Amino acid sequence: MQTVQPRSLPLRLPRVRPGGVLPILAILAVLVVLVGIRQPDFLAPPSLMSFLGRSAPIILLAAGQYFVIVSGEFDLSVGSLVTAQVVVAARLIDSDPARTWPVVLLLLAFGALVGLVNGLVTTRLRVPSFITTLGMFLILVGAVYLWSDGAPKGGLSEEFRRFGRRAFEDVPLLGRVPYALVVLVVLAVAAVLLMRSDFGRTLVAVGDNPRTAELSGVRVWRTRTFAFILSGLAAAVAAILLGGYSGVSFQAGNGLEFGAITAVVLGGVALGGGRGAVVGAMLGALTLELLFALMNFYGVSGALRSTVQGAIILLAVAVSATRSSSR
Amino acid sequence: MSALSLLPARRPVPGVFVALTLTLAIGWLVVLLDGGQLFNQSTTVSLLHVAAGLGLVAVGQTLVILGGSLDLSVAYVISLSTLVAAETMNGSDGAVLPAIGLVLVVSAGVGLLNGILVTRFRVNAFIATLGVGLLLKGYLDNGYDGPAGTTAPALVQALGYQRVGPVPVSFLLLVAVTAAAWFALSRTRFGHHLVAVGGDPEVARLSGVRNDRVLVTAHVLCSMCAGLAGIYLASRLGSGAPRVGTEGLYDLESIAAVVIGGTALAGGRGGVVGTVGGVLLLASIDAIFNQLEVDAFFKQVIRGVIIIAAVAVYARRAMRKAA
Repeated sequence: MQTVQPRSLPLRLPRVRPGGVLPILAILAVLVVLVGIRQPDFLAPPSLMSFLGRSAPIILLAAGQYFVIVSGEFDLSVGSLVTAQVVVAARLIDSDPARTWPVVLLLLAFGALVGLVNGLVTTRLRVPSFITTLGMFLILVGAVYLWSDGAPKGGLSEEFRRFGRRAFEDVPLLGRVPYALVVLVVLAVAAVLLMRSDFGRTLVAVGDNPRTAELSGVRVWRTRTFAFILSGLAAAVAAILLGGYSGVSFQAGNGLEFGAITAVVLGGVALGGGRGAVVGAMLGALTLELLFALMNFYGVSGALRSTVQGAIILLAVAVSATRSSSR
Repeated sequence: MSALSLLPARRPVPGVFVALTLTLAIGWLVVLLDGGQLFNQSTTVSLLHVAAGLGLVAVGQTLVILGGSLDLSVAYVISLSTLVAAETMNGSDGAVLPAIGLVLVVSAGVGLLNGILVTRFRVNAFIATLGVGLLLKGYLDNGYDGPAGTTAPALVQALGYQRVGPVPVSFLLLVAVTAAAWFALSRTRFGHHLVAVGGDPEVARLSGVRNDRVLVTAHVLCSMCAGLAGIYLASRLGSGAPRVGTEGLYDLESIAAVVIGGTALAGGRGGVVGTVGGVLLLASIDAIFNQLEVDAFFKQVIRGVIIIAAVAVYARRAMRKAA
């Protein structure tokens, strides 16, 4: 009996449904082949590992954005939140290694707090989330410039920077595994488990149809607020990794919110909520980063990044919209 | 057409004008106590200049928001328009009209793209216009590092600095555009159809409105308004500026002005007169802060708070009305 079932599996064609991860896997595979043709060295463990480590922040942001989008909202404040976190960290640590851990905890709390405010304003005061989070964007950017008088102060300790910079050396087979990659893998597994739990199902239900969810006894506002908190926390972790990797600047988080949204859309997650997988969102971010790497290998100007990003957003959403309406 | 035109398009004066009066009164008093003067010639003129630029964009934004859509690409359309205008003119007065024509054509093209994406491809308006905005951003980032082109001196003189008494010509342009938009909304079939589509697309469609065509028109008009704002900014700055739209936060501020002016973000309710009130309110707050020499970054924080608070107040009122 038990041997019959697996045998019938390969015969069944994989169902391609909106919100599935197959399309993004296919795109990713094509890109890997293209990169392999152009720059075979890139796929060797050392450079691949460091590429994955570098991509960790945007992948985490995509996961955070996924929680918010699948529940039917947007979070446009993450880019400014990353900038704010990096600048705040530099000023508070002021190159003193002893302050590293307290500041890391403080950053996580700060990220959660910003998410909480976003969530409460959106759900309790009924302000559309893109106004809330764009307003938060203005507030955070203004506040961080105000607080630091227009130029970043202080510095990050080496202790703090190692998360984004250092790696486990001499790992068998892989060579050098960046800490950032380890953090990414742990959090990605946690995100997948979270989406399989009751909370994950509730989150998708809320995005699919808030009214039905409400009538089935779900506290929609609480669920959505929690999604915003998760996005804020993801931004905090991304800020710690990014600050470590590239240092302190007011440009640290520029445009990351659009990158995260592009990644989520590319990963087959429906805007407006209710459909899509967190793995898809993270693969979307990886695909985007790989595409940028590929553009780099072909000598395409970095300034064209946003054009590529815009074209991808439009294509992905238009394809999924026409597909779901033709069903 | 029949049932819709029976409904009067007039509404009571939006609360924004009460807020505007209060803000100006309090601002005047505070500035006076601080030893300044809010209503002297130069502050009034600069207030109206700020209002003219933002107002042109916001009036266009009102049209798409009334139709239940949204345009986040306006900031990039503005930057692009300043460049198209200044590079076409290249300092020669003879090229003013062709330049203005070209700007309007280019911006109408962007609006057409937005409209088609939103209607034919059913892309969420927020994402569609964001995507188009990113396309333009890439073009601007790739092609320009700083100011380019030169605006014709005659246009700089006429639109940028000329005024009638304390009122700049550009503000008169805003008044004219607002009047045209008001007329289109309250007296023409397009206007009634637009409000119907924003109120309930399904009902509008069943009543024989061609939703797609109406929304595409609104998007084209919105982008052309942003194009006009670009021409105005080019005449103010004397050249094309690739980042003027985004640095001025015209996307967010125009939406904020529309919402503060009492237009529902979901569409179907509101009007351009309220929007101009919202624009004047934002410009007044700016002028008051300037007079008090408030830190620019602090100003930004306050703006974020005001925008969220204003939308929250309206959302609260709409909830009470629905209950």
